[in-house]
Amino acid sequence: MSDTAATPPVESVLDNRRASAAIARSLKRRYRAERRFRAYGIAAVGFALLFLAFLFVDIIGKGLPAFTQTMIRLDVTLYPQDLNPEGVTNHEQLLKVLSTANYRKPIFQAITDLFPDVTSRSEQRRLLKLVSPGATFDIRKEVMEAEEAGRSIIGQRVSLLVPTSDDIDQLEKGHINADAPEAERRVSDLEIGWFNRLKERGLIETTFNTTLFTAGDSRSPELAGLWGAIVGSFWTMLVTLALSFPLAVGASIYLEEFAPKNRWTQLIEVNINNLAAVPSIVFGLLGLAVFLNFFGLPRSAPLVGGMVLALMTLPTIIIASRAALKSVPPSIREAALGVGASKVQTVFQHVVPLALPGMLTGTIIGMAQALGETAPLLMIGMIAFIVDIPSGPLDPSTVMPVQIYLWSDLPERAFVEKASAAIMVLLGFLIVMNALAVLLRKRFERKW
Amino acid sequence: MTTLIFVVVLLALTVAGFYLGRSRALVAVSGKARNLHSLPGYYGYYVALWCGIPAFVLLGLWLSAEPYVVERLLVSSLPEAVQELPPNRLGLYINDIRNLADDNIVSRDVGPELRAAADRYNGLKRVSLVAAIVSVLAVAIAGLTYGRHLISPKLRARNGVERVITFFLIASSTIAILTTIGIVMSLVFEASRFFAQVSPLEFLFGLEWSPQIALRADQVGASGRFGAIPLLAGTMLISFIAMCVAAPIGLLSAIYLAEYAPSRIRAMVKPMLEILAGIPTVVYGFFAALTVAPAFREWGEALGLSVSSESALAAGLVMGIMIIPFVSSLSDDVISAVPQAMREGSLGMGATKSETIRRVIFPAALPGIVGGLLLAVSRAIGETMIVVMAAGLAANLTANPLQAVTTVTVQIVTLLVGDQEFDSPKTLAAFALGLLLFCVTLVLNVIALHVVNKYREQYE
Repeated sequence: MSDTAATPPVESVLDNRRASAAIARSLKRRYRAERRFRAYGIAAVGFALLFLAFLFVDIIGKGLPAFTQTMIRLDVTLYPQDLNPEGVTNHEQLLKVLSTANYRKPIFQAITDLFPDVTSRSEQRRLLKLVSPGATFDIRKEVMEAEEAGRSIIGQRVSLLVPTSDDIDQLEKGHINADAPEAERRVSDLEIGWFNRLKERGLIETTFNTTLFTAGDSRSPELAGLWGAIVGSFWTMLVTLALSFPLAVGASIYLEEFAPKNRWTQLIEVNINNLAAVPSIVFGLLGLAVFLNFFGLPRSAPLVGGMVLALMTLPTIIIASRAALKSVPPSIREAALGVGASKVQTVFQHVVPLALPGMLTGTIIGMAQALGETAPLLMIGMIAFIVDIPSGPLDPSTVMPVQIYLWSDLPERAFVEKASAAIMVLLGFLIVMNALAVLLRKRFERKW
Repeated sequence: MTTLIFVVVLLALTVAGFYLGRSRALVAVSGKARNLHSLPGYYGYYVALWCGIPAFVLLGLWLSAEPYVVERLLVSSLPEAVQELPPNRLGLYINDIRNLADDNIVSRDVGPELRAAADRYNGLKRVSLVAAIVSVLAVAIAGLTYGRHLISPKLRARNGVERVITFFLIASSTIAILTTIGIVMSLVFEASRFFAQVSPLEFLFGLEWSPQIALRADQVGASGRFGAIPLLAGTMLISFIAMCVAAPIGLLSAIYLAEYAPSRIRAMVKPMLEILAGIPTVVYGFFAALTVAPAFREWGEALGLSVSSESALAAGLVMGIMIIPFVSSLSDDVISAVPQAMREGSLGMGATKSETIRRVIFPAALPGIVGGLLLAVSRAIGETMIVVMAAGLAANLTANPLQAVTTVTVQIVTLLVGDQEFDSPKTLAAFALGLLLFCVTLVLNVIALHVVNKYREQYE
């Protein structure tokens, strides 16, 4: 300690004071900057989460109405002269006649009976438009089933719940603004008036939309279902799983346990890393050029779609499986080798069982990716309009994401609703798969 | 259906081979397994492999060759006049024969000739099926007996089985290389057919893209011009908008989660951000096309701007949000990899946390972050569904984000969806675009992976 330190000169004290004031000021500024920076971070996270919430709310809000369908109760009289004009009596022949009979007539009769005041032919025809064209199928089914069971309902009066047309359905769900000028909406004042009269009489009911989960695609929104696409997705995923799981596990075992470190294995590794980042549409081009044009496999088939998606998911599963194999400690291998197991025995009886949960987790995540993939499937023609439910991996079919794409492109508002509902179903499947993966990881993954 | 029965029967034979082989081995040493070279099970697998592999290979060959062989035989038996039809007409004729044979609807009048051909077709199919059943089963049984015959206590069954397993492993690891070769070959082959008709210079530097080829001389808007510059510009514009959203938000949220957030919040928020990455792109496309784009148009109208209903802004914004988790998880990895000592040194000198992050951690992590951003750019360039649904089809050369632009991926999809003949330059152009896309993303990925790996080595 020197004297100067004990009694500092005046200027130096002033300097120190000034300096500490400056420091205090700058500290304030720096702390403000600190808080600002932190707020940016929170804002960024908040923005992303807000968007996520908005996306879900928007899609659920749009899609929920699609799970219900507005129905109309009609008392249909099945006159024999309409359905069986030639008076066929033979059971076999009768079935044939009934399967091709004109069921529009009974519906037309039923709906015009409800409005005796509507007499002009053109307005009556507009009345028929309240009812979905699918109503004829419902009546046909009812008649055929009764006939096959041996209790004919021809000549009787049956009460049936049939779907309304999609415009009326949208009106009931409140998506059509009745106050807008008549020319700007799809439903005219006349139709709204009719609909309100039906409603007053209690003939309009809203039921759960089972069509959505039982039917294939259709040009009429109220008859379009997702089942065809779900089955198509199932076959595609089956092919993808059958191809990608064994190949990916085989490749990862070879690279992790057997491969010598040389240029060849290095080349394979570089390839896998690059394939993981190749745009998915390029895999579609590969499928089009190689599987369809070179090997001549059928277009629109889940088999080809599955093959393309398998190639696309291979890198994901390989990378996850290799990480799982890597995490098995070398002591396991050494112990097995030490008691005389061969290399193959060590790997397949000791290492792989321990790494299996990790491999399965990677596989499920890869499958979830493949289930949501659309672009490569457009290339190989899985975008066709397909009404039938595919019954095998060679039948033409479509998959859920492609169905969403197709529906969202159509002008009817009811299809937008359907597309949102399809998104909800697809997201449901993905959530289940990812939850399974998380569960698998939590339950079985061991930390060494 | 027949294939399925075939496979089940063969599998049953293979399983039988396993049990036969194992019992035969045990009988050969009269039950004393220790006198065998390998464990008894390996003798079972040995016989099963002998039985299964040749039979399944033969079955696969039959399945892939049968349609061609039957068709060739059918054609050679048709009348001369039909045989000399051009290939596509002949194909239609054969289709009709097939439909008639399957009792489906036929597009032409069924004459006796066609009827006879259909009968012959059915006959050929039946013969081929019987031949396949007999030969495949014969091979399976022959393999089984031969394998069983080979078994003796000294046979090195385990080594044989393990050789087959190793072969399968090596084969499956080469699939990755085969895929890459397949991609490159198919793209290059088809693109070269395109460049034989359109000069590569026009493709790479042309300013006009309108792939419709005029059928009549006076047709409007169909000039058959293949200049890719407007597509590249559109792709760049949308990717740029996407990165403007994803880079700051992804980076800031990664910094917040890695440096500031308490572990409880981190554990909650991170998986929620990952959800964004797990949502299928078609869902984002739907959202962009039906919610974001109309909203932008309305806002634009309110402000007096003319916003296209397929604006680049809407597609870019939604794409940016899709990429956020990609940027944030990559940056998170790099930021966490910065050694703790650097943080502590800076904090010990009196720097605040944000100063430490901005002046010490960020520069140290920069190469890795750049690598991650490059990977994100390549993601954005290759992204398809969002732009197919939310961006336009018209190839405008513009930098205005409120207008509609089109991208490389959109054009690939529009060129290839629907029925087209496969030789027109219009269809082949899709492969040229695919090649371009593949090359650009490949270069970006190689650079990015190189940067990331180099950086990782620095701190390990």
